[in-house]
Amino acid sequence: MLKQCEGSHAVAATVALCRPEVICAYPISPQTHIVEGLSEMVRDGTLQNCEFINVESEFAAMSVAIGSSATGARSYTATASQGLLFMAEAVWNASGLGLPIVMTLANRAIGAPINIWNDHTDAMSMRDAGWLQLFAENNQEAADLHIQAFRLAEELSLPIMVCMDGFILTHAYEGVDIPTQAQVDAYLPPYEPRQVLDPREPVSIGAMVGPEAFTEVRYLAHAKQMQALKLIPQLAEEFQAQFGRDSGGLIRTYRTEDAETVVVALGSVLGTIKNTIDDLREEGRKIGVLGITSFRPFPTAAIGEAVRYCERVVVVEKSFAVGVGGIVSRDVRTAMREHPHPIYAVIAGLGGRAITKDSLRQLFLTVMDDKLEALTFLDLDWNAVNRELERERITRRSGPIAENLLRDLGVVAARVG
Amino acid sequence: MMFQVRIHGRGGQGCVTGAEMLSIAAFLEGKHAQAFPSFGSERTGAPVVAFCRISDREIRLREPIMQPDGLIIQDPTLLHQVDVFSGLRPDGFVLINSKKNFDDLGLSERFGGWHHAHLCTVPATEIAMEHIGRPLPNAILLAGFAAMSGAVSLDSVHAAIRDKFSGKVASGNISAASAAYDFVKKEKEDYDRAEAM
Repeated sequence: MLKQCEGSHAVAATVALCRPEVICAYPISPQTHIVEGLSEMVRDGTLQNCEFINVESEFAAMSVAIGSSATGARSYTATASQGLLFMAEAVWNASGLGLPIVMTLANRAIGAPINIWNDHTDAMSMRDAGWLQLFAENNQEAADLHIQAFRLAEELSLPIMVCMDGFILTHAYEGVDIPTQAQVDAYLPPYEPRQVLDPREPVSIGAMVGPEAFTEVRYLAHAKQMQALKLIPQLAEEFQAQFGRDSGGLIRTYRTEDAETVVVALGSVLGTIKNTIDDLREEGRKIGVLGITSFRPFPTAAIGEAVRYCERVVVVEKSFAVGVGGIVSRDVRTAMREHPHPIYAVIAGLGGRAITKDSLRQLFLTVMDDKLEALTFLDLDWNAVNRELERERITRRSGPIAENLLRDLGVVAARVG
Repeated sequence: MMFQVRIHGRGGQGCVTGAEMLSIAAFLEGKHAQAFPSFGSERTGAPVVAFCRISDREIRLREPIMQPDGLIIQDPTLLHQVDVFSGLRPDGFVLINSKKNFDDLGLSERFGGWHHAHLCTVPATEIAMEHIGRPLPNAILLAGFAAMSGAVSLDSVHAAIRDKFSGKVASGNISAASAAYDFVKKEKEDYDRAEAM
């Protein structure tokens, strides 16, 4: 039923329809409303046959998910930011062991400086951890991707992170069609594990593996993600047949048919980019956008094909690798190996800075004239940066950078006296 | 057509809930609506902002509302602290929680050439104390804004209140909303009549 509700509640309601048997979570903004919603549904009996386990940390959350998944229970958790970092070791274990845990990541920046707002640094910090990573453009897709994620994870026996932009999506009220239990049941069969800890048929999971087989185990993880490249579009097609909605898949293109310039992005910023592109198209500019839904596995072939005939690619990304530059753009460049065009990395929206249509328009006009630097920081306050660099040049004890910048900007910071 | 509303308040006044209820009211009228909070530090008493977009088409835009068609100011002391009118579209709607009118608030000069019926005030805190017993002006201002702008109907505001609250809180807010709706409707009609003369 179409309902005007908060993104977090739409996800909680949809996850509940997926009949999870164990939910373990530790609250952290901006993920909290999701697990709060689920805990209420377990308590009031809306969600039956499910154990909600309050854990003492994110490390425990993922460890419990590993344990419960290994016993054959459909397991779910959610986290964000530092929470993901705190569970990092267990995150790698979940994928290494091949356990189909589904986790919502309410994307948030990573400190220091501490910042609770949205960017993609948390997801990117775990991009190589062996999990599949799916990114939602809006709350409908966030809800839909969870249904597909349980099915996909269990068919592959691999864990999946469903990434949705913190606050921008988790705290946004918009219309979301929450499916019926019968619809979800018809799409998502009960979990049939490939491996299960069962006292009646004892096995061990998690053996130490030496040089004799470690490469092969890792390769098989890669081979499974390559299988996912075929499976993801199939499951999206089946999803459309069952739910009547085009949701998920590897990538999504918008007005790219004859585009000379193709913008690439992930997540909720795609909406603002599409509006900007509509305006530019009305002015006769040949520009389109490619949204990456599946970041892991990375749809190298699909992206390569989609940008094959354009003249330039600009990747708008909400995180970056300090000391190098763009992260998404490096992967996109790999996809363009056969047909290389100029590619620009634009770092935008860090720590919740709004990505506005005006700024995007200026950016796209500049890039269409090929006047952009290979690495650009959107709306960077050069005055603030240069002032701090100058302070450090002339003063040895220049003080903490974050506090200096806030003081320069006239923002009340943690300064005492 | 997109109609964009920005709500300024202080942490604890229900600024975000107000935007969410406006989106629910619009949704119930078959429109697309998107409500979201500002992403600043939210503490009790600190200035906060929430946004609501209403449209006949799917809303894809995710930027904050920088050029609102309507403003709801939940606390008049914000007028001296925050640039609440920033980016407001010419002749846009402004509703302020105050016992004073625009002239007495010293705002007439800022809004020269505006339709006076677009510039209303309502004593929302007093109405809240009377009907709810707590100084929660959000649903009241929403109803006043509905009367002033016609963005949504009073029935839809009532339905949005029932969606968010239950029991005595809901019924108190509903009667308060009706009172505010009538108050602003009359105020607007008075201004319209004065302008027509």
